[in-house]
Amino acid sequence: MSGQLVTEITYFVLAIFVGFEVISKVPTILHTPLMSGSNAIHGIILVGALIIAAGAQTPLQVVLGFVAVVLATTNVVGGFVVTDRMLEMFKGRRQPGSGGPAADGLPGSRSDRS
Amino acid sequence: MTILTAFVYLLAAVLFIVGLKFLSSPRGARRGNQIAALGMLIAIGWTVVVLGRTFTPAGVTISVAGVAIGTAIGVVGARRVKMTAMPQMVALFNGVGGGAAALVAVSELLTLSGSRPDFQTGVPSVFAIIVGGISFAGSAIAFAKLQELMTGTPLTYPGQQLVNGLLALVIVVLAVVLLALTGQPAVFVAMLVLALMLGVAFVLPIGGADMPVVISLLNAFTGLAVAASGFVLNNFALIVAGTLVGASGTLLTKLMSDAMGRSIGNVLFGAFGQAQAGPEGGAEAGDRSVRAGSADDIGTMLAYSRKVVIVPGYGLAVAQAQHAVRELADLLEKRGVEVEYAIHPVAGRMPGHMNVLLAEANVPYEQLKEMDEVNGQFRNTDVALVVGANDVVNPAARSSPGSPIYGMPILNVDESRNVVFLKRSMRPGFAGIDNELLYDPKTIMLFGDAKDSLTRLVAAVKAA
Repeated sequence: MSGQLVTEITYFVLAIFVGFEVISKVPTILHTPLMSGSNAIHGIILVGALIIAAGAQTPLQVVLGFVAVVLATTNVVGGFVVTDRMLEMFKGRRQPGSGGPAADGLPGSRSDRS
Repeated sequence: MTILTAFVYLLAAVLFIVGLKFLSSPRGARRGNQIAALGMLIAIGWTVVVLGRTFTPAGVTISVAGVAIGTAIGVVGARRVKMTAMPQMVALFNGVGGGAAALVAVSELLTLSGSRPDFQTGVPSVFAIIVGGISFAGSAIAFAKLQELMTGTPLTYPGQQLVNGLLALVIVVLAVVLLALTGQPAVFVAMLVLALMLGVAFVLPIGGADMPVVISLLNAFTGLAVAASGFVLNNFALIVAGTLVGASGTLLTKLMSDAMGRSIGNVLFGAFGQAQAGPEGGAEAGDRSVRAGSADDIGTMLAYSRKVVIVPGYGLAVAQAQHAVRELADLLEKRGVEVEYAIHPVAGRMPGHMNVLLAEANVPYEQLKEMDEVNGQFRNTDVALVVGANDVVNPAARSSPGSPIYGMPILNVDESRNVVFLKRSMRPGFAGIDNELLYDPKTIMLFGDAKDSLTRLVAAVKAA
């Protein structure tokens, strides 16, 4: 077993503990955004996809590399953008807090996208 | 890997961890997502710099084109999707990540041109292909179920467990062949195909209501597949980020099934909703009468109540009725009625889904009450207004041990003095279970699209 493999296994094991620890206390309302956010983080596979795409030579490698880059980029970009959209909603609702509900505002003026 | 690269990846890993930490508190959640995105940008940008001159001409073309196309799909998909369709979008973005991880491993094995991979490359490759493939195909089915491209009810057939078991067994045999005998592409391509089939077979028997838990689990799967690709490529960033998601995703899956009062095993293998009598065909349902009310009557009742608790469900989301419900609530409040919203942990399609939808309609945060907070108050509630929800208020979860949802924590709306259901029809909820409460003498039904019904109620309250 090479020294590098041992190092990699060490990172792996430590990352498991950090992963458990970092979200151990999370309110229910954040489950969905958190899932979505961590979903974006595994988009790091784009790094791997780029590595295989960079060295692509045969037609098969080119096709595989291309598809992998498209899929990985979709994961990372879509993941972060969709999470941001969810959390945008959370931020917006703290402002109308004082002075009663902002009932006379223009409904939907801020969130016209959907 | 140079020392500088190691430090850059370390920085990215720290940003991911800090990002996840922030994501688990309401205040910092959005910034957390941005911090993680920054870490991602650094890791990917640096990778491109390091790869620099090693790019083949074809490599440059496919990378640039691939990133451009992927970005376009990601941005358009994420921006255009309706808030109600958010869960299936997450499923889709998750699945493609799993697919990419599997392809990276396939690609690495191909470079061996048929010779047997050594243990150090072979084991993680096999893992990435199998788990990535399952995640890709499973997410696609989850998407199809939530998008209602296919039925949300569990699909089961005799001998299903046996077929799934056989599929898994063949995959294991192929893995052994690959590791011990030969690295022929036929072997690992067959393995990928079978993994895709297993992913489909795995999600088919799970009901649509349980998809959030499944998506969360597949999210953890993708994380682990990514970590495995990291071992294949000896890439520190992939290992750490993938493992973080794998571990936190597993914990999150458990938290989610806890919120539904069930074990992960029960969700995945219980063939939820399989046994009970068919919704329409059930003679018991046909015999009993329900009380359908008019919007005017119900509007008057609401207008002269002291306390109204609104229970929003997925039906409200589908009808895009979040603005209408707020209008009704504001109107009632102006008349001095105390209005609160009772949010079940899994209201909508995912935990927190309903909070997002109501926040979109500017419903004040203070009016949103979580289950534990509100359950004691139904006793003092004049009207519980259930808008497009069903399973989360079904007393069967408390009273009938045979029911598939038995043990799931529910909102005790049956304790309030009157219950009003806004429903499209008598069709049971997503879990496919009949609801006793609909036949209760104190229950009044108002049939129709949630948005129309709410608009009619608004008019009725104004007139009252």
